[in-house]
Amino acid sequence: MTTTQLTPNGQAPGSSPEPDDHAGTRQSALGLGRRQVVEALPAALRKLNPLELVRTPVMLVVEIGAVVTTVLSVGDPSTLGVMVTVWLWLTVLFGTYAEAVAEGRGKAQAASLRALQAETDARRRLKDGSHELVPSTSLRAGDVVLVEAGERIPGDGEVIEGVASVDESAVTGESAPVIRESGGDRSAVTGGTVVLSDRILVRISSDPGSSFVDRMIALVEGSQRQRTPNEIALDVLLGSLTIIFGVVVASLYFVADYSDAHQSVLVLVALLVCLIPTTIGALLSAIGIAGMDRLVRRNVLAMSGRAVEAAGDVDVLLLDKTGTITYGNRRATELLAVGGVEQAALERAALLSSLADETPEGRSIVELVRATTPTLADADAPAGAALVEFSAATRMSGLDAPGLELRKGAASAVQAWVREHGGVVPSDLDAVVGAVSEQGGTPLVVAEREAEGRARVLGVIHLADVVKDGIAERFAELRAMGIRTVMITGDNAVTARVIAERAGVDDVLAEATPEDKLALIRQEQRGGRMVAMCGDGTNDAPALAQADVGVAMNTGTVAAKEAGNMVDLDSDPTKLIEVVEIGKQLLITRGALTTFSVANDVAKYFAILPAMFVPAFPQLDVLNVMRLSSPGSAIVSAVVFNALVIIALIPLALRGVRYRPAAAADLLRRNLLVYGVGGLIAPFVGIKLLDLVVSLLPGL
Amino acid sequence: MSQTLPALGQIAVLVVALAVAVPFLGRLLAHVYTSERHWRVESAAYRVLRLDPDADQHWRVYALSVLAFSMVGVFAVYAIARLQPHLPASIGMASFPADGAWNTAVSFVTNTNWQWYSGESAAGNLLQASGLAVQNFVSAAVGLCVAAALARGLARQRAGGRVGNFWADLTRTCVRVLLPGAFVAALVLVALGVVQNLAGARTITTLDGGSQSLPGGPIASQEAIKQLGTNGGGPYNANSAHPFENPTPLSDLFAVFLMLVLPFAMAWAFGLIVRDRRQGGVVIAVMTALLGTSIGLLTWAEMAGHGTAPQLAGAAMEGKEVRFGEAASALFAAATTGTSTGAVNATHDSLTAAGGGLAMFNMMLGEIAPGGTGSGLYGMLMLAVVTVFIAGLMVGRTPEYLGKKIGQREMMLVAGYVLATPVLVLAGIAVAITAKDGLAGLQESGPHGLSEALYAVTSASNNNGSAFGGLTSGTPFWNTLLGLLMLFGRFLPIVLVLALAGRFAAARTLPAGPGTLPTHRPLFAVLLGGVALVLVGLTYVPVLSLGPIAEALS
Repeated sequence: MTTTQLTPNGQAPGSSPEPDDHAGTRQSALGLGRRQVVEALPAALRKLNPLELVRTPVMLVVEIGAVVTTVLSVGDPSTLGVMVTVWLWLTVLFGTYAEAVAEGRGKAQAASLRALQAETDARRRLKDGSHELVPSTSLRAGDVVLVEAGERIPGDGEVIEGVASVDESAVTGESAPVIRESGGDRSAVTGGTVVLSDRILVRISSDPGSSFVDRMIALVEGSQRQRTPNEIALDVLLGSLTIIFGVVVASLYFVADYSDAHQSVLVLVALLVCLIPTTIGALLSAIGIAGMDRLVRRNVLAMSGRAVEAAGDVDVLLLDKTGTITYGNRRATELLAVGGVEQAALERAALLSSLADETPEGRSIVELVRATTPTLADADAPAGAALVEFSAATRMSGLDAPGLELRKGAASAVQAWVREHGGVVPSDLDAVVGAVSEQGGTPLVVAEREAEGRARVLGVIHLADVVKDGIAERFAELRAMGIRTVMITGDNAVTARVIAERAGVDDVLAEATPEDKLALIRQEQRGGRMVAMCGDGTNDAPALAQADVGVAMNTGTVAAKEAGNMVDLDSDPTKLIEVVEIGKQLLITRGALTTFSVANDVAKYFAILPAMFVPAFPQLDVLNVMRLSSPGSAIVSAVVFNALVIIALIPLALRGVRYRPAAAADLLRRNLLVYGVGGLIAPFVGIKLLDLVVSLLPGL
Repeated sequence: MSQTLPALGQIAVLVVALAVAVPFLGRLLAHVYTSERHWRVESAAYRVLRLDPDADQHWRVYALSVLAFSMVGVFAVYAIARLQPHLPASIGMASFPADGAWNTAVSFVTNTNWQWYSGESAAGNLLQASGLAVQNFVSAAVGLCVAAALARGLARQRAGGRVGNFWADLTRTCVRVLLPGAFVAALVLVALGVVQNLAGARTITTLDGGSQSLPGGPIASQEAIKQLGTNGGGPYNANSAHPFENPTPLSDLFAVFLMLVLPFAMAWAFGLIVRDRRQGGVVIAVMTALLGTSIGLLTWAEMAGHGTAPQLAGAAMEGKEVRFGEAASALFAAATTGTSTGAVNATHDSLTAAGGGLAMFNMMLGEIAPGGTGSGLYGMLMLAVVTVFIAGLMVGRTPEYLGKKIGQREMMLVAGYVLATPVLVLAGIAVAITAKDGLAGLQESGPHGLSEALYAVTSASNNNGSAFGGLTSGTPFWNTLLGLLMLFGRFLPIVLVLALAGRFAAARTLPAGPGTLPTHRPLFAVLLGGVALVLVGLTYVPVLSLGPIAEALS
């Protein structure tokens, strides 16, 4: 499929919304401000409560181990005992701390979201049509409130009467006010936004505490975070590894006894903690919370962690053509003279007829002519010219000046106008018009009539859908990741096909009705594929609900937002791609840290087993490949490494591992090399270095 | 003469023979487990037994059928062993003690074939033929059936948890695969010099005038299914070291071939059943790599002959047959522990410490290289699911294997499977070396004594059945303990595998694309082998380090 795209002659298309540079996120993730670091401490300590730790069984085992070694060390203090005990407690603490930091970052997000929830007075309409003043927090779904200019909208809802311009910058960061009106697809309003002009009646759509901002706050704060299906499955794996190692260590107690190599409970607990997957166990929930957080930073509110996970699994992306694949408006790309008319005459007419035309198409014609023909750069409309506005009835627009009438518009309408004014339609017009249509463009025919003379056709303006810069490359990336893109458009099949080819999408649904969309989603799902789409209209709601990942535009209707499982506050349909990437990054981070955690165990055996058994079996000293200085320091070094690696990986857990779109096999190879092989090697180095320091302690 | 050349030669012959036989048998097995047609003799059997061979069983029904069938087998063997003197064809053998009968019944039904008794002096012909030999066939068949059910579960979608019909699978496995296979194998064995008669012991006068009783019997026919069905329980106590059972290096090599052929062929069949031969190829590749490494290391350990006795003697020949030598003994040891056969042509107790440790490690792998008939495949597939779960996340999708999502339920079943055997082994060893009755059975003390006990519990829990020697296991303590380990080590995993097969069969199959983790590439094979080694290594290295490792390094 071709990926060449036409750009307007001589004019570079505006910059396309590139994905956020991840650097911004990275910096804030690493640069955990000092405040965040300190503020997370009390929360981390609170989370040591065993009742809270039950949620992460691996860490609960560590805590129980820490309690056991504490008791043992109090009864029989030794350097080894004290060191192991302290570092076991630190291991638990680092785990809870990771979660607390992730939640803290979420809390910062939540605070800004919560600012929207500030209590205001609301004018609730009573049955008799009068209004009463009530606090916004007492509003229930179904209540109708009156909001006037300068007032804050008290809750999420739908405009049922009136039209107003609303400042939504608090939610979207976009400063330009937007129009909200009853009926149609622009009826949804968000609590906390401000009405700038006019007055509207709003029907509140959610009870206090259950608006999606509320739900989002709960999710990013982690307080009500439900574990996602994949997280639970991973917990099962981690749990079974913990049980296996528990049995290994318990049986070792007896086997060691038999072998006259008696092991103290303290050492066995240390071994157990080093073997069970503490790294991933400690960081698992932080990874999940941070994933949600990354979405919020991109102004996407997810209704559940499950949705984020599902995003990673998406096989098919349904993308609306307009605004996602092409710029929202058509642009003039070439001027085609017909009937022997000079190009210059056509250009001049096209320019003059468009000068006063404020539509994006009109502006693009002016830009095109000025860019290609510098001599016309400062041509101006003749004096006394009046704009003839486009109307659905005439399907033409133009200019009436003394002694000159210009028209441009749909081919049939302009031809009719020319004939009406005594002109003849040149024979080659049909062919040119047809050619433009075939290329997926919209032909605008330009005609003029001088001083009551005969009208004549000058030529055709080729208005084309311009495919966004870089979008073809993005689709190629998606294809490499195994994601199929389907373009949804209302255009006819021929036009749609042309644009689809230019943008490099895999498939196209032309002349699409909402029902077609829904049917397509169902069909894909029957084939076992996961579908993501975005939409804003009420008629998109069923499809949004049916899709596995449905991203509703914030500008959309309440129905659409209720149906989707994410809301994009920026209402940028391109963001669907980023949502998928965040989902994948979340899963990769989980897998990478699990692999790293398990791979670490190999080195720990080489540290601890010789330490345990060399006194009884001196020949096992060959296993001490790191040449650790003493059994005591070997055990302490392994325990300390095990704890420190959690802290070291917190930034990675919060930021997510580096993700570049690639085929599964390539991703696997790279991540396996970094986290699998790296996980094998890193602890050998780390434990050896720690041993050099730890061995200086007296009594080890 | 250099021993390296024959050592490599026997492996080359083996590889060629397997390369020819495995695809052929694989196609046969795949056909057996997918064909709709019944043979006339099978239909007759179904009519007599009033079974509906076309009923597609839910996994629970399938599992219950397996359990019920096996329990009947346990009771039957138990009864025959106990009542032996009162039954015909006992050739004068006494009744088994209760614990011994229990151990033997479980042992043969679970395809373990651990033998605490010596066959020629304890088991009469009725027990051998209608108890043990029958189980040699059907216990091998059960393993294949369960593997077929899992393969079918993966191949189906939205089948409501239905995984096939156990009775049809069992009948077909016996009628179409094991009986003809064993028949041909027995003929070959007879041609190679294995004894086959129905006479009892023959008393002869030896050269120096003494008299000796030479036990005969239907040895070749027993031997054929003993090896082909990865059973390992032979008619003679000396097992495949006995010259009547395994007379020549050629019959020895053929015996190794028989052990390996069905486990590999089932992996081939798996690829055919799931309609992607490459998936079977990966399983075979990993099995081959693990087995090949183990053969190489074991042969090296034996031929290098570290240790006091071998160095004094010039070769590690103690406990080995001079007919076979070190290399063939090492090959046999690796194959018999890599499969769940457990037949031996040398005393594993007398392997070098490293060699004995390797044999143990083979079993600890969970009998996946290439494992027992069928059980090797399903063991490997369970590990493949674990591998997919860990590695799958690293490609940015929730894990799936052959288009089946691995969610919480699937993971619980796999986790249970992965947990079951190690827990049995480690709990078993803890009990064995703590209890006075357990310690009483050990011949040696120190690391070698630990190895004896560890070998026994590992062999029982993994349904291998080979014995280290040195352990006096015919005591109520050991018979009971090992019986329990064999029983749970066999049927706990089987039920979990069938439950997983049911879940897979009920789930839909997601189409594969460039975004899904490819499970047919070399990288996945490396990963699967790595996961198997790391998981097993992490589980058993501590206890191994106090047994064979400590001994080998001393």
